[in-house]
Formats: sequence, structure tokens, C-alpha cells
Amino acid sequence: MLEDKDRIFTNLYGLHDWRLEEAKKRGAWNGTADFIRMGHDWIIQQVKDSGLRGRGGAGFPTGLKWSFMPKEIGERPHYLVVNADESEPGTCKDREMMRHDPHLFIEGCLIASYAMKANACYVYIRGEYVDERNNLQAAVDEAYAAGLLGKNAAGSGWDFDLYVHHGAGAYICGEETALLESLEGKKGQPRLKPPFPAGAGLYGCPTTVNNVESIAVVPTILRRGADWFTKFGRENNHGTKVFCVSGHVERPCNVEEAMSIPLKKLINEHCGGVRGGWDNLKAVIPGGSSVPLIPREICDDVLMDFDALKDVKSGLGTAAVIVMDKSTDIVRAISRISYFYKHESCGQCTPCREGTGWMWRVLERMAEGNSTTDEIDKLLDVAGQVEGHTICALGDAAAWPVQGLIRHFRGEIEERINAYRSDRGAVSMAGVAAE
Amino acid sequence: MAHRRPAKDQPQSFQWTTENQDWCEAQIKKYPDGRQASCIIPFLWRGQKQEGWVSIPMMEAIARQLDMPYIRVYEVATFYTMFNLAPVGEYFVQLCGTTPCMLRGAQDLREVCKSEIGPEMQISEDGKLSWLEVECLGACCNAPMAQISTKDGDHYYEDLTPENFKQLLSDLRAGKDVKTGTQNPKRHTSDPEGENTTLTDPSLYDGSAAKPLDQIPNSQPAPAE
Repeated sequence: MLEDKDRIFTNLYGLHDWRLEEAKKRGAWNGTADFIRMGHDWIIQQVKDSGLRGRGGAGFPTGLKWSFMPKEIGERPHYLVVNADESEPGTCKDREMMRHDPHLFIEGCLIASYAMKANACYVYIRGEYVDERNNLQAAVDEAYAAGLLGKNAAGSGWDFDLYVHHGAGAYICGEETALLESLEGKKGQPRLKPPFPAGAGLYGCPTTVNNVESIAVVPTILRRGADWFTKFGRENNHGTKVFCVSGHVERPCNVEEAMSIPLKKLINEHCGGVRGGWDNLKAVIPGGSSVPLIPREICDDVLMDFDALKDVKSGLGTAAVIVMDKSTDIVRAISRISYFYKHESCGQCTPCREGTGWMWRVLERMAEGNSTTDEIDKLLDVAGQVEGHTICALGDAAAWPVQGLIRHFRGEIEERINAYRSDRGAVSMAGVAAE
Repeated sequence: MAHRRPAKDQPQSFQWTTENQDWCEAQIKKYPDGRQASCIIPFLWRGQKQEGWVSIPMMEAIARQLDMPYIRVYEVATFYTMFNLAPVGEYFVQLCGTTPCMLRGAQDLREVCKSEIGPEMQISEDGKLSWLEVECLGACCNAPMAQISTKDGDHYYEDLTPENFKQLLSDLRAGKDVKTGTQNPKRHTSDPEGENTTLTDPSLYDGSAAKPLDQIPNSQPAPAE
């Protein structure tokens, strides 16, 4: 188990004061100017050496992403944009970092912006996080007043402005180019790539978009050393990670643990175990609603990291662990996720706009049993038509939970269909499956 | 996609309060010259806080203020689901219904809303309350939960049960002060109920972490081998 001394977010639960003075006592802003004096390339190299992979879901190596920014500032300024539009169902970690450890995060924004030669950073926080936004803004104001932001930020010689911006309730704005559209004052509809944001992002300028956690861990990585961070987790999956465990556990909570911790250990040691005991476990969605669920057999020994979960055809995503015990109506649980994607589709791409609603309607009927076994294959086929055929990954994210459900619980859907049909004698199915 | 249409009954006009007008001018300075369109979401939100909902005259006024076509503001106001396009109750209850909350009983809270407030998106007779099931609000470790908005604030109420939720609604209705955040007395925020399993080492909080670093890790060139 990770020891307390190796935890980055020491005020994750808000048990201590978040303000500057106390945050400094916990180590925030210690040595910041010295890191900056080591230079842009040194910082990027440290982040690369730490093995940090993006904490927002996709797991792209953060240092590598930073190195895609132009080496010199040309005609257009560089921007860091922080994705604080935390909306992936199951995920509630960035919220705690912003309201309880805001100074670690603000310090991270300065260091990351300097590394990428950005003099300005926008934090795009989801609209619903109103109290969190007010807290973060208060911390930013404190940092300005203390000279940690603004001209010669923290005595580093780098001029740096940090602005808090917000959305208004659209999951799609967590997609980086939709976020940029929204920040520019438009509907949050993803852009075609290329151009990638590092070439033309916010206002057409070179931009890097990073998740809150990816940014907030950087100062501690520099303070403790990249080699400290790589001590945790398996090769290619290093570091510590805040896991959000929700659903049918005795004690749901956020907890920072080492990457590659076994799922069973995570649930048993920090969350009081599965409600009714481990044998009462039915399935787990290990990385937020977008990733396919894994049934109990896999949960027994799977490790919580990018590669281990990929190997079992799921993903670490945002490390939001949604636990479902045997009382769960698994078809309805996934159907509710399908409803979520239907609601949140931006409507730009036809496969997603039409497919998300179609999948939801079919799943709702399947939850009743009002379907045919053939229709399960039809549903898989439609999910396959949505997956990979849209501008952004929302289409994939809508398809994967459905595919995961059928992969592992096809038998259960069939039983339900058979029970429904045997209760009613002959059931005729209309040709228009979803209507 | 969520289909959203403005209310039939619209006010004649919209005007910022002096305080909000000043606030708007400060916001525009956050963005580069010519990029004032970035203010659209913050302005619509501020307008909603002022009036309780987003009206068409408000959209028109903001379009003029930001020097952009009205239809672009309309487009944004109808896209983002936090903008109320019709009036809501004095306390607007947004109940999270997505899977993590559903697993922990959001369905029972829906029933409480129906019995205590009435049909979804219909203001209660006393004008005090209205409710809506919304998508994941990002407080899943404290599920089930709801956000309750008033003109003065938008707070999360977490770890709800039908009993404490019913009491909460009744206290709000009566104008009583209510505790925001978790309603579970054994939790602080998203820590586990009861004893915490982490962050218990007192040395994290004794100031030792503020001691200047002796040396920046990896700041020396690696010795040649």
C-alpha cells in the first residue's frame, strides 16, 4: 500500500485549510522558481522521465505531449488550457484537487506553462462546479496577491496569467477541441484533427490541453524527482493516481494509491469491500462510464493500470471504479449509461447522433426482455457502426459499454428475453427495432 | 442531444444591474482583444443568476454587448443544458440520475421529488421548488446527490437518502439554513465513512514539507560511466 509520505494530494478530503499559508506548509510552492530556472527542456525531460501518462482518460504521455508545442514563440502566443470539465460518470477527483489542494494545481499550471513557453493559461471548469470554481478563483486571487502569479511569477522571471473560465453543462466539452470551441464562445462541437491543438488550438494559437490531475502532480514530481514517481506502478504505468470508487461498496471514497494496485485490494483496503462481500460482486466498470465493464472473474486479479485493463478489453480511463453487486440490473445500469451518451451527444456526427438514441431505446426494451436474441447481434452491429466513425471519441465511448455488456452478459440478456417471451406466448417483433 | 426550446412567455426587456455591468466589463479583460465572444457562457450564467432564467431579450442584449449576431448567442444558450430557458422554482433541484447515483438509489429520490414537489419541470404551487433529473454531476463517491440552485448559490447535497432528502426539501421550503455537501454525519467530503485509511500521518501537516530543498532532484548531469 502506498504510504502517506508518498501521497501528492495531502488535502484530498479537505480536512485541512486549502489557503496559501497552509498549502505552503504541506509543500506547495516549495522550490518553484528553482525548477523554472532549470529551463524549459529540463522540465519536459523530467516529466517524460517520470513516465506520467495523462490522467484525463486517454493516458497519452504528458511530457511527450508537451514536446509537440513549437520550440520558440512565433507570431502567435502559446496557451496552456486545463481541462477541468470533469463529467465522466464515476469521476470526481479533479473537483477535490481544485477545492482542497488548489495551490498544488496553480503551481503546476505555472510550471507546465513555462515548460511550453505559454504566458497565459485558461482553466475550463465544468459549469456545475460553482463552489469549486469560487474556491479556485479565491486561491488564484491569493496567488496573485502573493506574487506567485502575474509579472515575474513566483520570482521565476516568467510572466504568467491564469484565468478561470467555466462551461455550462455539456459533457462533450471534456473533449479537448470541443472545449476549445466552447472557450471561444461557441457550441461545444469537436473539431476535425489535424490541425492538432499544438499547431492551432485556442484562437488558432499553439495550445496544449491537459487534465487537472496531470498538471497538479507535476510540482511534486519535480520536488521528489522523476525516479521517485517511477517507483510506483509497473513499467509504462508509473506513478500515483487518485481512484474514485463508487457504487456498491461499503465505503465509497476517493483515494490516492499507487498505479497497478490490484482492484480487489483497492476495494477491500480502502472501501470496506463490496457490499455483501467479494462473492456478491457482479461486475465493475473500472475507468468511468466509457470503458467496458469487467465481470467478477476478471476483477479477482486484475491490476489497476492502463495496460492491464487494456489486456482485458477495458481501460483505466479516469480511474473511476463503479462497482456493481449481484442486486444490480446490469442491463438497466448500462442502458442508463446509454441514455447519458444520447443526452450528451453534440449532434454533429450522424452515427453518434442517431446511434446513441437507438442503442438506448433497444437496451431499454432488452431490460424488459421485450426483444429477440437476433437483436443482440443487431445491437452489436450498430455499436460497431458508431465506433470509430465519428469525429471524436464520444461515439466510441457510447459503443464500448454496450459491447462490454454483450461480451460478458449475453447469457443474461438472452434469459431475460426468453422469460419475457415464454410469459407471453407468441410475441411478434416489429421490423423497426428501435422505434 | 437534448432538445431545448425557449419559453413562450418572454419578458419585454433585459438590463444588467450596475454591479453585474461592472462584473461584465472586468470579465472581457480576461480574453485577448477581439475575442470577447469567449465571455458568452459566463455572461449567460450571470444573467441567469440575476433573473433566474435565460430569456430571449437577455440573449439579444448579450449579443449586442459582445458584438456578435444574436443567433450565435441563441445557439449557445440552447446547446448548454445549464441554461434554463424557462423560469424555475426559487429552489431548483437538479437530481443526478446517471448510473453511479442510480446504483445508490437515485430512483427513490425521484419519487421524493414527485411527492414533495410535483411533476418534473413544473414549479410547485407555492413557487418554491422545481426539479429536473440531470446527468452526472461529478460527485459519484458521495452518490446519490443533487445540486440545488438559488439566485444566491448552487450547492451540492450528497449522500442523500429518501429521509434526509425529504427533510432537506422541507427545510429549504421553510427558509431554514441547511448544511451543504455530504448529509452523512460520518463523512467530511469524499473520504470514506468513518475512519480514514489514508492521510493520517501527522508529519504531512507539521510544516516539514516546507523546508527548502537541499538540492533539486536530477539537477546534476549524470556521472559518466
